[in-house]
Amino acid sequence: MTELQDAARRLLEEGTVQVVIGWEAGRRGARPVFVTDSADCDRLVFDARCVHDLAVFLNPRRSQVAGLGKAAVVVKGCDAKAVAGLLRESQLGRDDVVLIGVRCGGVAAGPDGAEPPALTAETVAARCHGCDVREPAGVDVLVGAPQPEPPVAPTPDERVAALDALSPAERLAFWTAELARCTQCYACRQACPLCYCERCVVEKSEPQWVETSPHARGNFAWHLTRAQHLAGRCVGCGECERACPVGIPLGLINRKLQQVVYQLYGYTVSDDPAVPAPIGAYAVDDTQDFIR
Amino acid sequence: MEASFEPRITAFVCNWCTYTGADLAGTSRLPMASNVRIIRLPCTGRIDHLFVAKAFERGADGVIVSGCHPADCHYTAGNYHARRRFGVFRELLSFLGVDPRRLTFSWVSASEGGKWADVVNETVARVRELGPFDAYHRLADAPVPDGDPFAALESATPRADGAGENEPSGVHASEPGRGRAAATGGSGA
Repeated sequence: MTELQDAARRLLEEGTVQVVIGWEAGRRGARPVFVTDSADCDRLVFDARCVHDLAVFLNPRRSQVAGLGKAAVVVKGCDAKAVAGLLRESQLGRDDVVLIGVRCGGVAAGPDGAEPPALTAETVAARCHGCDVREPAGVDVLVGAPQPEPPVAPTPDERVAALDALSPAERLAFWTAELARCTQCYACRQACPLCYCERCVVEKSEPQWVETSPHARGNFAWHLTRAQHLAGRCVGCGECERACPVGIPLGLINRKLQQVVYQLYGYTVSDDPAVPAPIGAYAVDDTQDFIR
Repeated sequence: MEASFEPRITAFVCNWCTYTGADLAGTSRLPMASNVRIIRLPCTGRIDHLFVAKAFERGADGVIVSGCHPADCHYTAGNYHARRRFGVFRELLSFLGVDPRRLTFSWVSASEGGKWADVVNETVARVRELGPFDAYHRLADAPVPDGDPFAALESATPRADGAGENEPSGVHASEPGRGRAAATGGSGA
């Protein structure tokens, strides 16, 4: 932890960056913090409660963050994939940000709690299943000791398979019940590090492609759009599902699309910005079994 | 009602190949079902997934997306991009409960009037067998949680333990008191 604080302090004192975005221990649990004064660096923590994907603050259109000056951001291995996504899509220059990578042995499902919880199969976040990036790639500073593999959490795969086994009409009924609760608050969009459009299609009204009335049909259009726009880009950080105030299992849709892009195009989301995302690229011999 | 069901099919076709192919099918007087409404677009690469969603939203029973064969695109690569996008979107729609048999993707060149007639006839026959698809259109009338967002939050909580995943037939939708009649605002008929 002091290693993280020292790295942040050095970056601020040297004037390399004007703000360090990390986590602090708040009253109810870990929460994001913006440190602009090197004297405050001892507030920075990293433990299993630090679930937030702080790459969301690197969105160049978040002017209130960009206004603080050049940022250093603390990233876990999975967060580094989101940063790689922003770099891949030219939303960010590699020199515009300093990445402080923390070695991570898994995080809890949520940030709450006065103390970091002991990680077990029950408490660990689903996204930590089969983690291959306990050491973040492509960072400027790497802190922390090497971490053991996180406990094996139940994956959403079983629930995805259970849905796949149903008939289309049954799936429609399942998602109607789930999506009927959506109020189109767009918390899922705001929490997503890769939903960065200056003007979202849902806010365009001429023509109005997505019905903004929060009935199931408008909600279907919204969630279809959100999922399709994230296909092959979603890093599986699970922030959308965590942000959802009515508990819609968005992770199932994201997970399904991760499986689809892997099956169709052999693509798994990469922490290397040079690897192109599957949508927006193509191969001449792509599968076309579904096309007559 | 069932006996007289005529499917409504929306076809999104590219200007350069399929539209011309459909034109050829027409001028050749090929026998063809008349259930298809064609919407001409510059390229399959211009066909956003929301076009398909909108068609179902407005009551289409089936959708055809058709364009130039690979390596034939007027814009070089539009159909390759469309192929990737629709490969994924088809799976996504299916996962959310739209039967993928209601969607036809095809490559029809300007000289393939006969193939276009086949695509249309096959799609119409397939969709006729599947029956009307008003489930998506009627989603707007599906029960919505009533005014209190916290009630929805509470009903969402037991879901965390995986309950509900095997109750696909709209258990929440059928709960009394959650129907639309109970909602004060509703969402407009």
